Amino acid sequence: MNTKFLKITAALILIVAFLGSCKPKNTSDAVSGDAAQKAYVAPGKYDEFYNFVSGGFSGQISVYGLPSGRLFRVIPVFSVDPEKGWGYSEETKPMLNTSHGFVPWDDLHHTEMSQTNGEIDGRWVFGNANNTPRIARIDLKTFKTAEIIELPNSGGNHSSPFITENTEYVVAGTRFSVPGDYENGDVPINTYKENYKGHISFVKVGKEGEMDIAFQIMTPGVNFDLSHAGKGKSHGWFFFSCYNTEQANTLLEVNASQKDKDFIMAVNWKKAEEYVKAGKGKKQKVRYAHNTWDEHTHTAKSVIKTEVLVLDASELKDICYMIPCPKSPHGCDVDPTGEYIVGSGKLAALIPVFSFDKLQKAIKDKSYEGDYGGIPVLKYESVLHGEVKKPGLGPLHTEFDGKGNAYTTMFVSSEVVKWDIKTLQVLDRVPTYYSVGHLCIPGGDSKKPFGKYLVAYNKITKDRYLPTGPELCHSAQLYDISGDKMQLILDFPTIGEPHYAQAAPADLIRNNGQLKFYKIEDNKHPYVTKGEKDAKVVREGNKVHVYMTSMRSHFAPDNIEGVFLGDEVYFHVTNLEQDWDVPHGFAIKGADNGELLIMPGETTTLKWVPDRVGTFPFYCTDFCSALHQEMQGYIRVSPKGSNIPLHYSLGTNVPATK
Amino acid sequence: MNKMYALALGLLLFISCGKDKTNAGEDFSKSSSTETSDPTSYDPNRGEGKYSTVDLGTGLNVAMAAEGEKVAGVKCMSCHKLTDERLVGPGWKGVTERRTPQWLMNFAINPDPMIDKDPELQAQLELCLVRMPNQALTDDDARNILEYMRQNDGVK
Repeated sequence: MNTKFLKITAALILIVAFLGSCKPKNTSDAVSGDAAQKAYVAPGKYDEFYNFVSGGFSGQISVYGLPSGRLFRVIPVFSVDPEKGWGYSEETKPMLNTSHGFVPWDDLHHTEMSQTNGEIDGRWVFGNANNTPRIARIDLKTFKTAEIIELPNSGGNHSSPFITENTEYVVAGTRFSVPGDYENGDVPINTYKENYKGHISFVKVGKEGEMDIAFQIMTPGVNFDLSHAGKGKSHGWFFFSCYNTEQANTLLEVNASQKDKDFIMAVNWKKAEEYVKAGKGKKQKVRYAHNTWDEHTHTAKSVIKTEVLVLDASELKDICYMIPCPKSPHGCDVDPTGEYIVGSGKLAALIPVFSFDKLQKAIKDKSYEGDYGGIPVLKYESVLHGEVKKPGLGPLHTEFDGKGNAYTTMFVSSEVVKWDIKTLQVLDRVPTYYSVGHLCIPGGDSKKPFGKYLVAYNKITKDRYLPTGPELCHSAQLYDISGDKMQLILDFPTIGEPHYAQAAPADLIRNNGQLKFYKIEDNKHPYVTKGEKDAKVVREGNKVHVYMTSMRSHFAPDNIEGVFLGDEVYFHVTNLEQDWDVPHGFAIKGADNGELLIMPGETTTLKWVPDRVGTFPFYCTDFCSALHQEMQGYIRVSPKGSNIPLHYSLGTNVPATK
Repeated sequence: MNKMYALALGLLLFISCGKDKTNAGEDFSKSSSTETSDPTSYDPNRGEGKYSTVDLGTGLNVAMAAEGEKVAGVKCMSCHKLTDERLVGPGWKGVTERRTPQWLMNFAINPDPMIDKDPELQAQLELCLVRMPNQALTDDDARNILEYMRQNDGVK
């Protein structure tokens, strides 16, 4: 017995030793043995965090779980999305309307979750459209874009959609300064210095999330890049990084990289509010779209607004102050205490950290070194807390763990660097694969970071995944930052190009009153069909309205005759299901516009213009039951002027008409 | 020694099982009112749910039946006929004679657990192949529909 026991024990020890030695031999791949375990979320289990990742040039926001990296949903925001019918159904088209008309594809760079008292509250996530400047608000009960507001006087809305600590405002800043929309824009391009202006927008966010441009601040023409609100002691201030203070209009790569220092513009928005109240703003004629989604009619509407209030920063001296910042600053991040403002000069060999207390003192003492287009420029040293020396190459963005540490991405040297905010000492660095842009720590730009994970979003993946032709996926890399050393635990591909992302504890969102289905009783869609008994087809001139229902597994009606070439047919499909996760689809042959995907209790409309005489099948595109393949119908299209009466039915046949 | 092994093994299993339990996420896919009970305790006359008895009163409540007809028109009649003909689900003719009121109420409000346990419902699923969906009926909705069913079965 004893010898057997010993033998088995020895065998066990050997096995353990063998397992222990399974660590990768090559440390250059930077993954240690327990990485898989740390990122593993067992089938059927939930992730700890939701991760809202910008889709970059896809124009959408994707939702991942952390630590698993599993993709849950792509939320359509600024681009049409055939998977969800976004921009295809008649109801959603107005969401993509702008003063330029329907814009089907934009570029979404940053996500920002709503906050209360500086902490993520799980109500909304905002996104910015970089190309045709807009801000979107996504409702996190429905994971649906609820509102989009266009920004006048702007070109390239990049320093957006960052918010104040109680979501009082969401801001936007023009990346490309342009002549204001209320001025003559037909001017020679080389008159940038005289004619081009910067406008930054403060968009008020109401109790229900409704957005309204409260005011814009006009500044000299520069490129505004990124921004963050003050918090805690610095609540009431907003900080915008700006580059091209050279005011170049051509070959910016060279001409906007001349000066050793550009600026971080500090904006006292509470002061700006006072000036607005005192009537110091100027109403300007502009045009911008404001699009809202109505959860009861399941329909969007787009309103063109024509006026905006503009404050002139060069006239109203105590709203804006320029903090010199080396060199072409990109990221502009404020630590959880609100005291430290980190400027990431992407061409600088150091990271400057500014002090809010010193900023206040410098302003009080008028410690200026000059002015820039009428805005006071503070002395660098009088605002500086200190510099992080030799952090790496190409610092871009910084997030915080709530334990006194900052984490900055280095684009050129492909690494994340951890440093101590107070002492400015570099504590750790890890490689990324490759060319990291943004990073995200859950709650990492709020007062209350959850410093367990860090995600780096990489611009280049090259050899990291199986090749897929010329276009390769972008990627996210997950690091465990709970210890002193950062540890890479997972790679996962992302949609589009991820720029900024935010993450929050899963419970904050899944317990926020998630909508499971639309109550059919509350459906106020003008073409709703509440029950099969009300299903019908109505002709109004050459418009044919089909009031259709869907239920596992048939449409009512499913046979329609008496439609003629030249008609416009509107299928208003109401999904009568009242249970979670039972959408129905609707597709009809030859539809050149799209298909529908209808959530339970929702009504959605597809416009269909038949282009030929014949018989056209329609069917459900979302597998709904064992009899899903039976969920189909026919519509007969006859020549114009035919003598076929309008007829619709389900389950019965009428004598055939010729 | 063997005993020690058994003990150690048991302890290991215990630890791993215990860990699994603590990591189990809350099942968000089921409504919080759903109780998972022992399938052997299923009562085919009552079904499963909050109703053990339903007070039908004396005679038909015409107002309730009229309300029931409205709700059923929106939420039920896509799949059920008032005759004994099967559409997606079985026709309603005679259903109040085949089933107890409490069974009907429990089933209407939360069909899923009953479809999983009731032998007759399972047999019916083999015919219909579509599980009766949860149509988010309130208690009042279900009671009114029951009255409508009773009216359909000739209760005066």
